[in-house]
Amino acid sequence: MSEFVTISTSGRAPVRELAVISGKGGTGKTSIVASFAALSRNSVLADCDVDAADLHLVLEPHVVRRNEFTGGNRARIKHGHCNACRKCEELCRFDAIFFDGPGNGLVEKTFRVDPIACEGCGVCAWFCAEQAIDFSPVVNGEWFISDTRCGPMVHARLGVAQENSGKLVSTVRTAAKRIAEERGLDLVIIDGSPGIGCPVIASITAAHLVLAVSEPTLSGLHDLERVAALTRHFRIPALVCINKWDLNPEICSRIEVWACEHGLGLAGRVRYDRAVTAAQVKGRAVVECQQNGCAEDIRSVWKNVAAHLQTNKTEDANLRIRMPDLRDSR
Amino acid sequence: MMKITVASGKGGTGKTTIATNLAYLAAQNGRKVAYIDCDVEEPNGHLFLKPLIASSKLIGRLHPRVDEDRCTHCGPCGEICQYSAIVCVGEKVLVHPELCHACGGCVLVCQPGAITEVLRDCGTLEAGNAGEVRFVHGVLNIGEAMSTPLVQQVKAAAPEADLVIIDSPPGTSCPVIESVRGADLVLLVTEPTPFGLHDLTLAVGMVRALKLSLGVVVNRAGSGDNRTREYCQREGIEILSEIPDDRHIAEAYSRGLLAAETVPAFRTALEPLLARFSEDDAS
Ligand code: SF4
Ligand code: SF4
Repeated sequence: MSEFVTISTSGRAPVRELAVISGKGGTGKTSIVASFAALSRNSVLADCDVDAADLHLVLEPHVVRRNEFTGGNRARIKHGHCNACRKCEELCRFDAIFFDGPGNGLVEKTFRVDPIACEGCGVCAWFCAEQAIDFSPVVNGEWFISDTRCGPMVHARLGVAQENSGKLVSTVRTAAKRIAEERGLDLVIIDGSPGIGCPVIASITAAHLVLAVSEPTLSGLHDLERVAALTRHFRIPALVCINKWDLNPEICSRIEVWACEHGLGLAGRVRYDRAVTAAQVKGRAVVECQQNGCAEDIRSVWKNVAAHLQTNKTEDANLRIRMPDLRDSR
Repeated sequence: MMKITVASGKGGTGKTTIATNLAYLAAQNGRKVAYIDCDVEEPNGHLFLKPLIASSKLIGRLHPRVDEDRCTHCGPCGEICQYSAIVCVGEKVLVHPELCHACGGCVLVCQPGAITEVLRDCGTLEAGNAGEVRFVHGVLNIGEAMSTPLVQQVKAAAPEADLVIIDSPPGTSCPVIESVRGADLVLLVTEPTPFGLHDLTLAVGMVRALKLSLGVVVNRAGSGDNRTREYCQREGIEILSEIPDDRHIAEAYSRGLLAAETVPAFRTALEPLLARFSEDDAS
């Protein structure tokens, strides 16, 4: 019998994924995620801002398991075998081949691959007549499964100047979801990265809900427009929360009106509060340090987000229950 | 010509504020300045510099197209492709343009010559003038995963100038490395908070791996703790400017204004940087 039957008979809905993103960097997304972590029960945290992972600075994870991350292969010229025929240089489209490798018995200089410029396409290795190019997996970083005072957390660290953050994001998400299933937790909270490119797409694809954290500035509005276009493109429902809203109430309202007109829900406003930085310096989430001020606002945002996840959950559970029939009838 | 990239590990530290205001001030001082916005995912420089766009063109990316009549379903195209952008399954070859890195491998291995490369739009390149500042930026299409190729094109479109200021995306990944590569100086903008410091150390690691010279600008100085300054001292990194945590600067920013026009304290804080650029140029 398929897994769906088990889910429906036990009455447990599948694990939900909430992706918190911002488009624009520095809107306070990670601080809000840290507070959500402290407020939620039953969730796993996935730090998918792998480029600039900061959540661990607040949640002080205790690493339980370390894993190597391999994003792909990379070319390396074995200088002893190179006869300087130039083929690799001619074929490489990424300007990664340089004629400054050490000499050998055959030639005075050999070719060399710049590991940072190498795109890992393998074309040079495929066509090297001397088979002088080694093309094998490289370790690009590490990812961790940890315990924190707010529940389990999956996070990662990319090596210096390493690529393929999209694949690392998928790795982190998959692991977080699996842990949630194993431990009977019903939510994964994803801390996404800024922008709208590859790591962001990897953070939100197939998530149940996106929370976009914005700020009341023209840049904030402009970036939110692009994030909203992205969530629409991938058909993911999205809510907007405006952080530090009182820095410019007029632009804040403009963003909210824009959001409503464009099919985004409102999760609430969070006031500007120096307590956020103070909490960060102490390695705490702001809701752990105080009840009032912006902590009060974040609580109410969390309530709205949780309610939204709850409503969608019933719909989704129904959908799942029907699914086995669909499968069987095929 | 001097090329400066303004970057930061953490987002929202004030890269665009610093880059646009530096461009504006340097142009006021009579320098020939170009401002290049390489943050193609979320370009914001135009909100502050308000350029008149004189030219706009679509930027294409190559990906393979398979001629069904010629294809013999032999399969090497799928074997060489490292990104699953082309796969040969039974009697069909499937192409996923959004996964293609345009390496050209599949074209080279296809014996029957069934593959050609075609262009697909991935974004727009726009250029113009903002007063005396020459302006270029790129806007990535929504849903496009890879921004690096567009960043390359934006950089390549930089006009002639004494001073080229490149506004990089945040982080340390592929598009950032592309924006930073070849810079004479990388300015890392940070804020004195634990998050800011942590991301700064990553950015420093990246710039050092690329063997480029760097300097730090501390924005919102006084808002957090002293650890950033201690770190820079320990690492022998020069703090080129400290910008006070001033609500007027934040206000100007929120409304899309150049803070250098309205906040004298901000202008003063940028002066050492401007002086630095003319020195380096003379030497
Ligand atoms: S290599 Fe060329 S002929 Fe062979 S399956 Fe691929 S496209 Fe078809
Ligand atoms: S050009 Fe390279 S990346 Fe693109 S489909 Fe062909 S082999 Fe794959």
